[in-house]
Amino acid sequence: MIFLNFLISGISLGSIYAIIALGYTMVYGIAKMLNFAHGDVIMVGAYVCFYAVSRYGLNPFAGVALAMLVCTVLGMVVERLAYKPLRQAPSLAVLITAIGMSYFLQNTALLLWSSNPKVFPSIIGRGAFKLFDGRLSVSHVTVLTIASCVVIMAVLSLFIGKTRLGKAMRACSEDKGAAQLMGINVNATISLTFAIGSGLAAIAGALLCSAYPTLMPTTGALPGIKAFTAAVFGGIGSIPGAFLGGIMLGVIEIFAKAYISSQLSDAVVFAVLIIVLLVKPAGLLGRMTQEKV
Amino acid sequence: MTMRRLINLKRVEARRIYLTYAVVIVAYAVCQVMSSTKFLSSSMRGMLVPICAYMVMAVSLNLVVGVLGELSLGHAGFMSVGAFSGVAAAIIMQKTITYAPLRLAVAMIIAAIFAAIAGFLIGIPVLRLKGDYLAIVTLAFGEIIKSVLNNFYLGMDSGGLHFSMLTDTTRLLKGGRLIIRGPMGISGIQKIATFPAGFILLMISLMIVFNLVNSRSGRAFMAIRDDRIAAESIGLDITKYKMMAFVMSAALAGAAGALFAMNYSTIVANKFDFNTSILILVFVVLGGQGNMLGSIIAAAALTILPEKLRQFSEYRMLLYAVILIVTMLATNNAEIKEFLGRLNPFRRKEEAE
Repeated sequence: MIFLNFLISGISLGSIYAIIALGYTMVYGIAKMLNFAHGDVIMVGAYVCFYAVSRYGLNPFAGVALAMLVCTVLGMVVERLAYKPLRQAPSLAVLITAIGMSYFLQNTALLLWSSNPKVFPSIIGRGAFKLFDGRLSVSHVTVLTIASCVVIMAVLSLFIGKTRLGKAMRACSEDKGAAQLMGINVNATISLTFAIGSGLAAIAGALLCSAYPTLMPTTGALPGIKAFTAAVFGGIGSIPGAFLGGIMLGVIEIFAKAYISSQLSDAVVFAVLIIVLLVKPAGLLGRMTQEKV
Repeated sequence: MTMRRLINLKRVEARRIYLTYAVVIVAYAVCQVMSSTKFLSSSMRGMLVPICAYMVMAVSLNLVVGVLGELSLGHAGFMSVGAFSGVAAAIIMQKTITYAPLRLAVAMIIAAIFAAIAGFLIGIPVLRLKGDYLAIVTLAFGEIIKSVLNNFYLGMDSGGLHFSMLTDTTRLLKGGRLIIRGPMGISGIQKIATFPAGFILLMISLMIVFNLVNSRSGRAFMAIRDDRIAAESIGLDITKYKMMAFVMSAALAGAAGALFAMNYSTIVANKFDFNTSILILVFVVLGGQGNMLGSIIAAAALTILPEKLRQFSEYRMLLYAVILIVTMLATNNAEIKEFLGRLNPFRRKEEAE
């Protein structure tokens, strides 16, 4: 029963990682860049949600919707101002710009909202379902988290696979030049990708802070790195990979905390990542690209 | 050997190398004079050793990122290994080597050896990967080193050295000393790192790196960077050369870590986290990949900058971020570059040559 409990909380944490990892993996798939500021978009989303709910008394779900709106706009603005001028630049330059953007968001948050940790109210209360005569308790937040992750995955897969915009995104990630020749607006597509990724980050922020209710300007940093790891774990650029990688990372982390050592859990997570990459150098579901000679 | 190599160099390359040495020596002399005439504020004087350490870190990372062309996001891990092994060695040798500069030198050598071993062990799995996957694995190793050192206990008593993981089970005899105390790190360090020592370490690092870059191996590094497949097809042993660069870079980072740590009375493993790795990477990219002088200048400028921005108090890290972004945009966007080029008449001429 305890095992089941750990498994469920692992899947729940993993669902959050998966939602964040989607943002990384989509942006990587299309713009071929690591958006280091993504973790901080989560934090911004959580703050917006926090203030909307606790100060202005908004309905929590309206708060999340507002956070999504703010983050979507933020993601697009960041892309337009900082990343778009560097489309032709070497990838390291873009990486450093993204890191600069991450510092910028963290420090803006520090100025606006101070470094005092805020206690985030759960978006659906702290209740729990009791199963097996109360031997297993699953909190509402956990259920909501897992359910949102599944819904997001399903909707996103449908969007990417079935719609014209989704097709445009796939075409851009395959070959930007050819996509442009086919009449696809590459810049708009990249912008859309950032918008979707950042909107998802807002949801992840609200869920993350509902489960772990301390909110600080650096809240997004570590989950950001973990989710990035999850994206690589599943094969960066692959959407099912982000889902699988996120869930597995969450489960491994909780199990490592429970059965090995809580202080060494991060080390265990990263060690597993290294072993996976040695066996499958492109991640679990990543495609190996053929090298041209 | 050094001389002959330098004579055989292409003119431009030799000029660049001599310029780098000259700038470092002049900067050292100026700082020494300023510091002895009390012209430097005490906060600036306290930053001289960390700046030297960061410069060595940047130069060593530049060997991997700029010359070998592989992105490493865990460089602080080697600094950490060097810091802990070097400081522990210095504490153990406190009674046997009483002359502080010698103890510092020996500690830095030990730190370099430990970091090189770590670099070798990490290099075995890491160097089989490519590109972003290699980067994420170096990040992972950096985090693993941090977690392990956070849970590592090392003590010394009359019975020798004892170590344990997770909890302190070293059971030291009376009069023993617990040197590394898990998340508390090492405290009570004698501050024996000096600015001249930092200068010497930087000069040695530059000599090693320049010699390596302008040797057969260095040309192999650049061949691998520019076209791995072509390099492989002419018979270069990719793994061997990558390993060579990686281990050398780790060793220098280890020595820098020891220097850095012995400038403070306490160090903890959390000081050498992902953010530190990124900081060093920023030095390298901002200074120009493969350009050692650029790395050195960027390391100095970006370490002093937050200090100088102190008058803007809480806005300083925000300004730092803005400066970073704007610099990257200004140096990498063709339109902005052209615009700046038009403002600066000398630059155009230089480019036309």
